[in-house]
Amino acid sequence: MKKVVSWIGIFLLCIALTACGSGKTNEQGYYNRLNVYNWGDYIDPQVLADFEEEYGIKINYENYANNEEMLAKIQAGGTDYDVIFPSEYMVEAMITQGLLQELDMANLSNFKNIGDQFKDLPYDPGNKYSVPYFWGTMGIIYNTKLVDEEIDSWDALWNPKYSRSIVMIDSARDTIGITLKKLGYSLNTRSIEELEKAKAELIRQKELVKAYEVDAYKDMMIAGEAAMALAWSGDAMLLLEENPDLAYVIPKEGTNLWFDAMAIPTTSKHKREAELFIDYMMRPEVAAKCAAYVMYATANVEAMKLLPEELTEDELAYPKGNIFEKGEVFIDLGEFTTEYDRVWTEIKAY
Amino acid sequence: MRKKWLAIPYALWALIFSVIPILLIAIYSFCSRSPYGNIVYTFTWDNYRRFLEPIYLNVLWRSVVLAVQSTIICFLLGYPMALLIARSDIKKRSLMILLFILPLWTNFLLRTYAWMVLLRDQGVINQFLIALGIIEEPLKLLYTNGAVLLGMVYNFLPFMVLPIYAVLSKLDHSLIEAAEDLGATSLEVFMKVIFPLSIPGVISGTIMVFMPAVSTFIISDLLGGGQTILLGNLIQNQFLVARNWQFGSSISIIMISMILVCMAIMGRYREEGGELW
Repeated sequence: MKKVVSWIGIFLLCIALTACGSGKTNEQGYYNRLNVYNWGDYIDPQVLADFEEEYGIKINYENYANNEEMLAKIQAGGTDYDVIFPSEYMVEAMITQGLLQELDMANLSNFKNIGDQFKDLPYDPGNKYSVPYFWGTMGIIYNTKLVDEEIDSWDALWNPKYSRSIVMIDSARDTIGITLKKLGYSLNTRSIEELEKAKAELIRQKELVKAYEVDAYKDMMIAGEAAMALAWSGDAMLLLEENPDLAYVIPKEGTNLWFDAMAIPTTSKHKREAELFIDYMMRPEVAAKCAAYVMYATANVEAMKLLPEELTEDELAYPKGNIFEKGEVFIDLGEFTTEYDRVWTEIKAY
Repeated sequence: MRKKWLAIPYALWALIFSVIPILLIAIYSFCSRSPYGNIVYTFTWDNYRRFLEPIYLNVLWRSVVLAVQSTIICFLLGYPMALLIARSDIKKRSLMILLFILPLWTNFLLRTYAWMVLLRDQGVINQFLIALGIIEEPLKLLYTNGAVLLGMVYNFLPFMVLPIYAVLSKLDHSLIEAAEDLGATSLEVFMKVIFPLSIPGVISGTIMVFMPAVSTFIISDLLGGGQTILLGNLIQNQFLVARNWQFGSSISIIMISMILVCMAIMGRYREEGGELW
């Protein structure tokens, strides 16, 4: 029995040793490893390589497909992620749950480059826990060869003319959200009645839908296999470059306005290096590189000056005026999230 | 004493990767939920009660129907294949098995993506048929129930063929000769000798196809376009999107129990040999 115990001990020791890895302090006095956890296709990879070279810190870079997946990983522990890129409602949820570390603004000198309208937003008052990265809207991307009318309303996604040629995003908050907008409700509604109406709309739409997708729709739009799709602004900008027949519109009923931020989760043991990375990401030239690469709107006004004017002057990529009038920002719904999930399951299982 | 030593890796493996995780799932499935989906350790039946709502039962029914369909198709396709391979001479046999297993060396996800390329509106199959002038408009192949079924059959067929082949190749040939000597026609030989003796393989194959088919989520997402929600999707959603591990756990436990019951029933009809799992 003793032997068994000692073997278990050795086994566990092996696991512990491999988990520790080989992190240590480098010549510049920094811990030499940083775990960055970001959305897929959401950074210029060159920027990571440059950071590694400049500071001698090796970046372990991982991707996620949606906020909830990221949250699940952080809650499960395992990897000590140092920097994450949550969306606004997820920042809010993570603050409430005590999953984010407070930022030390003294270490974030480049925060001054962020546009004033993106600072101090309701999801994180005073930017205590997060700094903005990209922002954008949702809209309809459509193929002008297959759609010969002007589109300006979410109603287009319910037009039987385009039966089996419409692609929706496979994400409860987003797809239900724009349906609520179409019906003239808030996309943060906590009213069961309004939610049920949105459900009925989406069930009515289901037979027109070609697929509920997150990524594959891009190929379909480029190849002209689908007439229209619900899309995020940055993806739409990339697609417009690929296929000149495509057009993007932000419907008149209003849309979802979103912000993705950079934050340090409580799993991080290397806050200093994490802040170094975040500050680096806010340098105008670095932010501009990323913005040119992923085509989403950067919250960094100094970076905007470095970008080509035809991009920053494009109303679709960088909506002008009071952006908060055009779109509504998601807020975390806490317990009520389960109702959205129930409705989404009912739609999909219909 | 030696034997005990040899059993340790297995015991540790089973403990760490099977017993403890299943226990955790079982515990979670009876836990309550905080507003943010954290596990609260107070006992509740809610997670099981919720599954009895019509929408979830509907999902269960749909998953079982699809899994049964794909198992039956795998059997109908797989049995003749297994028989053919087992009847060939030894040299050819290994080549045939190799050709059959070869695609498995490619990642399962990649193979499923490959089907998307084949089935798309502008995909290989449609373009080929249009070029031949057989059709004018592309057929709607991708994002249908048929595509999901095809994906399941394609991916799980080897799990049906291999156990049946394993049993058939070990079949005592003298039994067949005896039956022939006693005047049985080839149909009778098959129905009364070969098939009954291969039942253990058929059962192994059936279970090995049914289990992944009933729990898959990636095939229905990719080939079904997210329009058909199956049990696997439901569980995945609870864990990754809905922040409801408790409900996800209860569905998992229900699924595990279902599979165990199926296995117990089939196990009764099972004789020695033929197990690949």
